[in-house]
Formats: sequence, C-alpha cells, structure tokens
Amino acid sequence: MSETITPGKAALFLGYAKIGLLGFGGVAAWARRVIVEERRWLSERDYAEVLGLGQILPGPNVGNAAVMIGRRFHGLSGALLATAGLYAGPLAILIALSLFYDRYGTTPGVAPFMQGVAAAAAGMVIGTAIKMGEKLRPPPELLAVGLLAVAGAAVLRLPLPVVVVTLAPLGVWLSLRRAWKAGAR
Amino acid sequence: MSLLLQILLAFGTLSLLAIGGANAVLPEMHRLLVEVHGWMDDATFSQLFALAQAAPGPNILAASVMGWHIAGPAGLAAATIGMLLPAALLAWAVAGLTHRLSGAAWLKPAQFGLVPVAVGLIAASGVIMAGAAGTGWLSWAIIGVSTLFVWRTSLSPLWVLAGGGALGLLLL
Repeated sequence: MSETITPGKAALFLGYAKIGLLGFGGVAAWARRVIVEERRWLSERDYAEVLGLGQILPGPNVGNAAVMIGRRFHGLSGALLATAGLYAGPLAILIALSLFYDRYGTTPGVAPFMQGVAAAAAGMVIGTAIKMGEKLRPPPELLAVGLLAVAGAAVLRLPLPVVVVTLAPLGVWLSLRRAWKAGAR
Repeated sequence: MSLLLQILLAFGTLSLLAIGGANAVLPEMHRLLVEVHGWMDDATFSQLFALAQAAPGPNILAASVMGWHIAGPAGLAAATIGMLLPAALLAWAVAGLTHRLSGAAWLKPAQFGLVPVAVGLIAASGVIMAGAAGTGWLSWAIIGVSTLFVWRTSLSPLWVLAGGGALGLLLL
C-alpha cells in the first residue's frame, strides 16, 4: 500500500469542494476518487471503514464521512471545513438553478446532453463499487453480504433503512467471527 | 410556532431518519411537506427533487431547495441546518467514540463488517441510475464503457462524463 498524506486545513477544504462540485449523480464515486486515488489522505481500507460507519448513521454517508475524516485530521475546524467544502459549491449552483429553473429546462440541447452525462455517471458509480470490491478483497461471506445489499436495494427496491438494519449486524457478526477464529488459531 | 422554527423541526426530524441518505426519507419528506404542512403541491415537490438531482453534490440538498421554495433564503438556511446538523453531530460523536476505542481488538473487524453494506449500496445506486438512464442502445453503450473506464483505469472520470454528454448531444 502506498504512503498516505495528511492534508492541511486548506487542502482539506479544497479537496471536499472538488468532491461536492464534481459530484454529479454520484458523490460517493468522486469522494473515493479524490480521497484515496488523487490525494491519498486515506488507504482504500481506512476510507471504506469510515464510509461503512457513515452508512449506518442517518444522513448522507459521504457527509458523515466528511465530519469523521475532518475531525481525524484537524478536530472541530477540520470537520467544519470538510463539511463546508462539500456543501457550499453545490448549494450555490442549486440556488442559481432554482432561480433560472424555467429557462434552464427548456434550452435546446440541455436534455440530450444531460441524458448522456447521466448514463456515464451511472457507469462511473458501478465502476467505483467494482473497483472498491476488487481492492478490498472481502472474504466470501462478506462479499455475499455486499451482493445481498445490491439485490435488496436495486432489485427488490427495499427501503434503505431496512437493508442497513438487517445487513449491518450480519456483516459485523461475520467479520468478528472470522477475526475471532483467526485469533484463536 | 413561527414558520422557520417549523421548517427547522421538520427537516431536523427527517435528518435523524435518513439512514442511507436522502432517498431513504423521500416518502416521509413528501408526507411532511405536502400532506401534513401543505407547504407545496405534489408536482412542485417532484420538480424540486428532480432539480436537486440534476445539480452536483449530495442529494440531501433537495431539502435546501425546498426550504427556499417555502420561505426564501431564511427557509433555505433553516432547512439546510435542520437537515445537516443533527446527523453531523451524531457522526462527530461516533468519530470520538471510535477514536477512544481505537485500541480495542474488535473495533477494526467490526467496522470492516459494515463495508460490504456501504459498497453494496453504492453499486445498487449505480444499478438504479443505469435503469433510469438506459433508454436505448447508445445509453447502454455509454454506461458499459464508463463502467469499464472507471473500474480498469485511474484516469479522471471527467473524461467519460464529458464524452457521454457529447455523444448524447450528437446522437440522442
């Protein structure tokens, strides 16, 4: 695993601003890209663990991870800077969009362009999940939990809290059992 | 009770229910804003949510646009703070807890047990997005190429996003 780099306060804010502004359709894909691949603040595994905690807490997982990662590097000011970076840019764009909503929606060319971007964004999100799975190399029983999450949320369309509340304890139990067995040997 | 306080409380409640993010509380958000408070009609609710999805950033910002629609800039501030603050405080507390427990041997494996749920739900949102975006052979081809590009290379995904948009403009 390559070395990780501790970001300064400005770098933390700017990194999260990039995640927020580029995060069209899939902020999770961009968050991993910037934090793990481009700026190397955290290893693949460390980042995935923070994201896992962010997932079972209420609120957006990437937003929760921003609070936790910001706190880890720079305490309260880190948490505030990461959160502000993540939300400020998109919020400004959203305000502009809602002011010009009628004009924006009817400009010729916007709809087909956005359709093409949406298709690419879908692929980006799927590709990110495959890449994380490949690099994290979960043992078979945890891979099965991940596939159950995909099936529950995307195929059966179960409410997300139901998927999280059933599968999170299962994943934790399976992972602890494996660690305990490895330790007992 | 003043309108701003009502907005703050409504979104504050939603914030703590939003396990899995904004899409998880969409039905409850609709019930509170449209049926309980009557702050907007059905069509406006759908349009505002679609608008938030079209913009970059976390989907949870749908709350901000809805606050704006209900009570202007002050409404936006009330809705955004209501939606973000309770969840952020909880994340802060949990980060402190994991820091204090960082010596415990069971913490790392327990946390790793949550990873498949997080990664699985990223994959699921990609599949759902693909289902919505895949309207013909060209969009499915863009989805396939973009999946491979992001999975197999470490080049910036901006290339496929821009390429997808350009192809859409030319051919869709």
